[in-house]
Amino acid sequence: MSLEVVLFYAFAALAIGSALLVVSLKNLARALFLFFIVLFAIAGLYLFALADFVAITQILIYVGGVLILMIFAFMLSNKELLADLQNTSKQFLSLPNWQAALLAIGFVLVMGYGIYEWQGFTPDWITTNLRNGAIISPSDNTINEIGYKFITQYVLAFEVISIFLLMVLIGAAHLSRKESQQ
Amino acid sequence: MITLTHFLVVSACIFCIGLYAVLAKRNAIMVLVGIELMINAAILNFVAFGKYDEANYGGQIFALFAIVLAAAAVAVGLAIILNVYRKNNTINLDDIMDLRD
Repeated sequence: MSLEVVLFYAFAALAIGSALLVVSLKNLARALFLFFIVLFAIAGLYLFALADFVAITQILIYVGGVLILMIFAFMLSNKELLADLQNTSKQFLSLPNWQAALLAIGFVLVMGYGIYEWQGFTPDWITTNLRNGAIISPSDNTINEIGYKFITQYVLAFEVISIFLLMVLIGAAHLSRKESQQ
Repeated sequence: MITLTHFLVVSACIFCIGLYAVLAKRNAIMVLVGIELMINAAILNFVAFGKYDEANYGGQIFALFAIVLAAAAVAVGLAIILNVYRKNNTINLDDIMDLRD
């Protein structure tokens, strides 16, 4: 086994193990900080698919932005979160733990079977690109390429998402403002 | 050599852990964390397939868009959770019954 494979397995084990801990811990603060580790490990996995810019963006946006927001929300609604929320109920979207675990394990089995069956049928575009050598290689300057793609081929999506982000900014600020007295 | 299958298996596992969190947790923030785990598993798939597409960089660019959309979803979702907490004094999803006052 080469060093690359060992590192991949280490990151994968870190991601899956911490994700399992996130859903099994009762303490919400610990779960949120473990969620950091899951995101870092997944950013490490992106590097093995030669997506360095995506990995850096993951760290910047998720660890820098999303998790800070989550910890804010955790602190602002602190009183309830310290109580244990593990009581069972009869509603659909809050199944008892064992039923949810059964569903999740069944789903992972279905997906694993799908992946197993799929292995012989690599899509045509992948085999074509492999034959022509048109796959991303470790020496490519991907950040440069992504920059050009953003302002040429994907410029419409780029502009739409900037408008969308403005809408989200206004919407989130509007939702979380204090109600004025009527 | 790391093949596509490695990535697919890892992302299937993470997706199902996220699914478990969404189904089993009663805390709104943990449900949001579960949704984020599922989105991250999907992004991992995009990036893994995108390695084989040098002409368009489709996988990586879509992954970047998906990250931005997930961040936007978290911002609005947490604002809604804070509002719900202010109104109901709880974020236990079992106790929240009303959509309007």
